[in-house]
Amino acid sequence: MLDYTPKEYSKREALNINPAKTCQPVGAMYAALGIHKCLPHSHGSQGCCSFHRMFLTRNFRDPVMASTSSFTEGGAVFGGGSNLKTAIKNVFSIYNPDMIAIHTTCLSETIGDDIPTYIMSSQIPEGKIVIHANTPSYQGSHITGFSNMVKGMIKYLAVNSKTPNGKLNVIPGFVNPGDMREIKRLMKEMGIAFTMLPDTSNVLDAPMTGKFEMYPKGGTKVQEIIDAGNSTATLALGSFASADGAFELEKKCKVPAKVLKTPIGVKATDEFLMTLSKLTGNAVPEEIEDERGQLVDIMVDCHYHYHGKKVAIFGDPDLCIALTEFVISLGMIPKYVVTGTPGEAFEREINAMFAEAGIDGKVKALGDLFTLHQWMKEEAVDLLMGGTHGKYIARAEDVPFVRIGFPILDRSVHSYMPIVGYKGAMRIIEMISNALLDRQDRDCADEDMELIM
Amino acid sequence: MKQKIVKQKVDKVLESYPAAVFKNRKEHIVVKSGETQEPQPITANTRTVPGIITNRGCCYAGCKGVVVGPLRDALIITHGPIGCGYYSWGTRRHKGKSTGDEKNFLNYSFNTDLQEGDIVFGGEKKLRQAITEAVEIFQPETVMICSTCPVGLIGDDINAVAAWAQKEFGIKVLAFSCEGYKGVSQSGGHHIANNGLIRHIIGTGDAVVGKYAVNILGEYNIGGDGWEVERILKKIGYDIVSVMTGNGSVRQLSSAHKATLNVIQCHRSINYIGEMMNTKYGQDWIKVNFIGVKSMMKSLRDMAAYFGDQDLIDRTEQVIAEELSDISGAMEHYREICKGKTAALFVGGSRAHHYQMLLQDIGVETVLAGYEFGHRDDYEGREVIPTIKEDGDSKNIESIEVEADPKHYRVFLTPERVEELKDKISLNYYEGMMKKMADGSVVVDDLNHFETEEFMKVLKPDILCSGIKDKYVAHKQGIFSKQLHSYDYSGPYAGFKGAVNFARDIAMGLTTPSWKFATPPWKTEPMLEGSVVGG
Repeated sequence: MLDYTPKEYSKREALNINPAKTCQPVGAMYAALGIHKCLPHSHGSQGCCSFHRMFLTRNFRDPVMASTSSFTEGGAVFGGGSNLKTAIKNVFSIYNPDMIAIHTTCLSETIGDDIPTYIMSSQIPEGKIVIHANTPSYQGSHITGFSNMVKGMIKYLAVNSKTPNGKLNVIPGFVNPGDMREIKRLMKEMGIAFTMLPDTSNVLDAPMTGKFEMYPKGGTKVQEIIDAGNSTATLALGSFASADGAFELEKKCKVPAKVLKTPIGVKATDEFLMTLSKLTGNAVPEEIEDERGQLVDIMVDCHYHYHGKKVAIFGDPDLCIALTEFVISLGMIPKYVVTGTPGEAFEREINAMFAEAGIDGKVKALGDLFTLHQWMKEEAVDLLMGGTHGKYIARAEDVPFVRIGFPILDRSVHSYMPIVGYKGAMRIIEMISNALLDRQDRDCADEDMELIM
Repeated sequence: MKQKIVKQKVDKVLESYPAAVFKNRKEHIVVKSGETQEPQPITANTRTVPGIITNRGCCYAGCKGVVVGPLRDALIITHGPIGCGYYSWGTRRHKGKSTGDEKNFLNYSFNTDLQEGDIVFGGEKKLRQAITEAVEIFQPETVMICSTCPVGLIGDDINAVAAWAQKEFGIKVLAFSCEGYKGVSQSGGHHIANNGLIRHIIGTGDAVVGKYAVNILGEYNIGGDGWEVERILKKIGYDIVSVMTGNGSVRQLSSAHKATLNVIQCHRSINYIGEMMNTKYGQDWIKVNFIGVKSMMKSLRDMAAYFGDQDLIDRTEQVIAEELSDISGAMEHYREICKGKTAALFVGGSRAHHYQMLLQDIGVETVLAGYEFGHRDDYEGREVIPTIKEDGDSKNIESIEVEADPKHYRVFLTPERVEELKDKISLNYYEGMMKKMADGSVVVDDLNHFETEEFMKVLKPDILCSGIKDKYVAHKQGIFSKQLHSYDYSGPYAGFKGAVNFARDIAMGLTTPSWKFATPPWKTEPMLEGSVVGG
């Protein structure tokens, strides 16, 4: 497995090997699926749309609906205006969404298609909406695409009508529907009125009813996005995926933005709840305090399962930042942290955590899994955490592996089960402990087999 | 008779389309008539209407993803932004195993990951550097460059870079201009890949081949299909010179011209090579179908008939008998579970045909079948090729002319043998999918989401055999869906033992107890007690 990955690290300037990121449009498609009765539209070759639907469907094991401009060579040469106008007309008459959310691709960006002009000259039925976001695949990553689409929704829709609604906006970041559900549950328990934007729960974890719904019951309502301009504040969970949208809303509608970590682990969840409490004056209820107490109880009781273990983490920047913080609070050593998404802020933030905890670790933004693997060959770790693609490295190095983040293509149920909040933190501990203890059980001598661990 | 009733149902679905879409789509849908002998033409390999939720992919997917991707010893660099290389990394289950000193790069994804500056100033420099780094780290024998959309638009000359790298490093370097916007589907990419392989690889090797030497074309070893076919062919006594391209290698492929016969599994993706090798090296090809017990038997008998040696014919019968005795009990068991069910098939450029035979083996009737990227000949048979009008999109895909190679051209069959065989086996011919389909079965080209959902409602199949994008749509409707691209990570499904695997998986999907829980009990049972408590 990965037999030609040498231990000796050589600097690469041009060749990306085994990427730890993908391109903007898929993030934009995911964000748009979190709007109720919205059909994402990919303005490019039909292969892009097919790849993105395939990727999302495999991760969520649920239908992912999106349309495409189906460029051919003519469109690439003469511009995609007529393709887009035809597409808009056909989408509304055949699939009848309330809104179309267009994202671009490297093709339509390279030829410089002017989407707003095309939208303006399209036939849009009364009461229907078309929005867009520029998502060139040659910048950033899928996280940038998610962020750009959220920003696009706000740009097009949010309005400050001088009628405060007393709600909080929350942008959950590129997390699973199960995580969005958990964030909503915590806010409900706090007694807070809110709008989550976007919200893929009940869209990409829709129940089996015997009937296929093109537009499942979940998703943020368009009216709620419009009204987001009247909210008290916006919480952006995860600076890479959510901050830009919150700042856009601050700029456009004067709704103050507050950027927090994705609430993964005890510290980040504390910070999330404290912020909610400060913003609304609502106290953290006993039920949630009990959950926190349970989590800390587990952390103390089981610390010897993972304390001092070295871990390599890869994935999306917001996940990596929060997860690194959490494993440090568990007494683990995050030896390597890699994201494929570019951003110096990522390296700064992780390095600051290393410095504070006295950890001699390595971090890389715009990295790839080949680099991570080489680091692991240079100095081994006890555990690898990240998306499915890590399984090749886990096998090559015979290291225990916890699947977390995007994408998870070879296991199921993950999209339903949160990793955020105190409950999510318990689940992460369970996954880490199980992986390490299973390994001990597998490798120990017969006489060392422990019944109780 | 049945045809008229089904046609009415189909027409009713199409009526809800806007006029222009209706006009376009009705040409892509045929309801098979059992009464008329007249040809029933279908429109295929044309543009998908913008806005339609199609299952189709792009030229890059056809070239890199399908045809060249499985070559295990080729280091393939995707030249473009990161997405295309990422999505085609390990996602197609074309298994491959190398032996000896041959390298296997199937678990790696190599990309130039173009950034904005590269799009503005050109990506050739980065590509050169990427090849240099790849060669330094991996020392491959072959490097392939596959372009994505922006590369063609910014005018990178990947052929010049390939020529430079070939000279600089003394290895084979191939460039494929398979930008996503070319053609109308994956199909254009197959053709581009075929052109590259015939131009630069096939004919460059000099392996010594044995008796009954064959190439297997259009077998991609999904879930180990190719390995199962190889097992049987080797048991009979064939020498498999190369497989295109599942578990294939550039090394093997280079000597493909030495084989006597080409057998073609997936007609759509590789028929160009079959035809070009026929012209260039004199090799005949026959269309085979290794999917399904009866079609497997027929394919093996056709191959033996081609060589015409009694030993080989006897050995073929002996192997068939052995294999059948191994599987007949299991097949009968699963047939009992599946028989009487119906299926709709929407997959690829060949499988919607091939799997009808395997479904028949277990008593399942096909009520709808369609290809995602097939051409008219895949539906109607190769005899329609001269009548297919070339449009602008197909003209954009290069069609290369080859000539007989004076050194390697040889003809195996005498004219008398050709005459003798032509009515027995499909020599250099494919009859297409539609001829043998039953009266009233629906044939749909480039089936889209709307039609899938509506046709499921009116035709009510028990099984939808399609891909991942349709799978959960069907499940939500309560219809079992079997992925025929990835086999739902099972397989092999080819050959005799593969047929049992498929039958087992279909029986499992139809009978999983989970279906019974779809409706909560409180929706069907009376929940109010008869008496009023405390009244």
